[in-house]
Amino acid sequence: MSRVNIFIMGKRYEIPEGYTIMRAFEYAGYRLIRGCGCRAGACGACAVVYRTAGDYRLKSGLACQTPVEEGMNLTQVPFFPAQKAVYDLNRIADPVAEFCRLYPELSRCLGCNVCTKICPQGLDVMYYIAAAQRKDLALTTELSFDCLMCGLCAARCPAEIAQFNVAMYARRVYGKELAKKYSYARRRADEIRRGVYNDEVRRLKEMDRQSLKELYDRRDIVKAKY
Amino acid sequence: MSYPENLRDSIDRVKASRQARLGAEFPRLTPEEKTALLAAFHPDYRAESKRELRVGPNRGERVPQELADLLEGKSWIDPDRFRLDRVDYETDVLVVGGGGAGCTAALLAWEHGARVLLATKLRLGDSNTIMAEGGIAAATEPEDSPMLHYLDTVGGGRYENVPELVEALVLDAPLVVEWLENLGVVFDRRPDGSILTHAPGGHCRRRSHSCKDLTGLEIMRVLRDEVRNKDIEVMEFCAVVELLLDENGNCAGAVLYNFDNQEYLLVRAGAVILTTGGMGRLHINEFPTSNHYGATADGLVVAYRAGAPLLYVDAVQYHPTGVAWPDQMLGYLITEALRAHGAHLVNARGERFINELETRDAVASAIIRECREGRGVRTPTGTEGVWLDTPMIDLIGGQGKMTRQFTGICKRFERYGIDVSSDPILVYPTQHYQNGGVKHDPQGKTAIPGLFVAGEVGGGVHGRNRLGANSLVDIFVFGRRAGAAAALDARDGRSGKLTLEHVRRFHRELQKAGIREPVTSPLLIPDYLSAGHKARQHV
Repeated sequence: MSRVNIFIMGKRYEIPEGYTIMRAFEYAGYRLIRGCGCRAGACGACAVVYRTAGDYRLKSGLACQTPVEEGMNLTQVPFFPAQKAVYDLNRIADPVAEFCRLYPELSRCLGCNVCTKICPQGLDVMYYIAAAQRKDLALTTELSFDCLMCGLCAARCPAEIAQFNVAMYARRVYGKELAKKYSYARRRADEIRRGVYNDEVRRLKEMDRQSLKELYDRRDIVKAKY
Repeated sequence: MSYPENLRDSIDRVKASRQARLGAEFPRLTPEEKTALLAAFHPDYRAESKRELRVGPNRGERVPQELADLLEGKSWIDPDRFRLDRVDYETDVLVVGGGGAGCTAALLAWEHGARVLLATKLRLGDSNTIMAEGGIAAATEPEDSPMLHYLDTVGGGRYENVPELVEALVLDAPLVVEWLENLGVVFDRRPDGSILTHAPGGHCRRRSHSCKDLTGLEIMRVLRDEVRNKDIEVMEFCAVVELLLDENGNCAGAVLYNFDNQEYLLVRAGAVILTTGGMGRLHINEFPTSNHYGATADGLVVAYRAGAPLLYVDAVQYHPTGVAWPDQMLGYLITEALRAHGAHLVNARGERFINELETRDAVASAIIRECREGRGVRTPTGTEGVWLDTPMIDLIGGQGKMTRQFTGICKRFERYGIDVSSDPILVYPTQHYQNGGVKHDPQGKTAIPGLFVAGEVGGGVHGRNRLGANSLVDIFVFGRRAGAAAALDARDGRSGKLTLEHVRRFHRELQKAGIREPVTSPLLIPDYLSAGHKARQHV
């Protein structure tokens, strides 16, 4: 198997080609505690920043998803302190207006775009921050939906915005407004609170295995799956 | 790195048979066929993969070898030397675990007036919850009912489910969706504003509520944010190594291990809720796993050592569709929502071999059968799999459906040069879920007073096989119940003297059973260091 040279915090290791950065850490002898989560690109625990030989640009990735490449010089960023507003969603009269009070630094955005450049998820972070400034909650939600909250955007921001927490607030307010408008689950939930289904469920609960099996085998299965 | 050349042949066969397969119904298994399929091919039925427990409340029962080693392990601490008079933290409710069940339990305990301390081994939110793609099951549609949800759940669980727990699950499920909606979770919706639902395998109605293919991520983000909005102290990178009892046999706290400074911390609590998840990272039967780094059965081990019986921990769920190529994604879970949206399972010859919406145990067994009988696809690294024909999703749902609805999956494959809207995905079963766990009642109470469980660490509600979308609802149903019940329970206060006598007793039992060199457990962190590294560590 051919190998590549990578530098973990400046120290050189020879790693089999094709390994992810996370496997490379373990191959080199790091038993990970911080900087390792789902190992499947879903949680944002394993953000790394790196440079490659001859390239001035700072690159980023999730260690569990990014293959090693020759000359990579990297470090983990397992934690970055960020401001998070504390609020009670049920007690905010005007959650949209509240945005400026909770995150006043939002207006400091310089439009430099480093947040978008560093995002390992490839999100257009600056654009969703612009949407948040305009209080366009639907767009902020849509553009930030894949955010893993790894913190790299906040680490780079010269205006000191914690973009991922701003988006978190926007999505919750948006979700809450949809819930208020449509309250989709409420009808069934109300029936359950009134005890409408208690007797019938109890009957199933007391049924013997054979009768349950007969009911199960006979039940009709809906054709439309979605 | 796209698909290697030698896989292209069979991809072409999948492509060639696509039009003919489109719209064709594949027959369902009869109950007899299903039983025979499971017996012949499900890994749970391999006798050599299990052994009898020699100690503890479930002595004499057969469990997976890898779990047996840990359940028959010795403590990290010496019960004769550990000082119990130096209390580091005191709280009403201690929640151990920071996933969906843990955050939910913490929030509900807090709402019920308790002081809450939440300790978690990794970061708050690092859990299997955050990885859940598909959705959360609840009978909210007009043509659905809690009764149908009940039937599906017990049928899937092979009628071994604990009835009281299923009752709680199906009646609370719509309340949970309502609760999450009100917390601001952004569910997928239809143009009229109602939530878009789909029918995962084994469900007879559309009842899975999703947030694109990032359902768990979206819910976990919201719950984590809400925990941080409340006055709940969170201790990250602190793992549970032992429970504490008082002299009356009540659970009254825990010993935690702080990874950052290698300290053992003593927490005294009125009640403890274990929400530590499952055992995916034990790699039962050497399967790859879809689980997160921390899924090492820690909660099972400490509860067992304290005397809490387990239920159905021999039943392991292998999710049918784990990634088999590329190697870097091995074991990564591909949601069954793809099958619900029309993607077929196809063998190396381009033929379907199972109705894709059978229960997970049956579909996994059928894939293993195809591979074992020579109809699987062999990769350059020697692993095998069958195809999940994802290009069908755009064929059925219209161009762009795949990238819109399954952005997470598409993005991950893109990194390896694979476009899953035009090429299929190679899949093989992956160890996914611990069907059983610590035995508990509908309020999450275990056999030990003051000890509660919620989520995957608990057992009984899913019987011997969980349905898709039922775990994402399980963690909230029992997280809410356990949180509320523990807050009430803690009010009575546990003032008895703390003791580790149960650990001493367990160590004696190990000796008596002739277990001379027990491993130290719980495992806490899996060992993925290379053999080469280990060789260099020795002088």
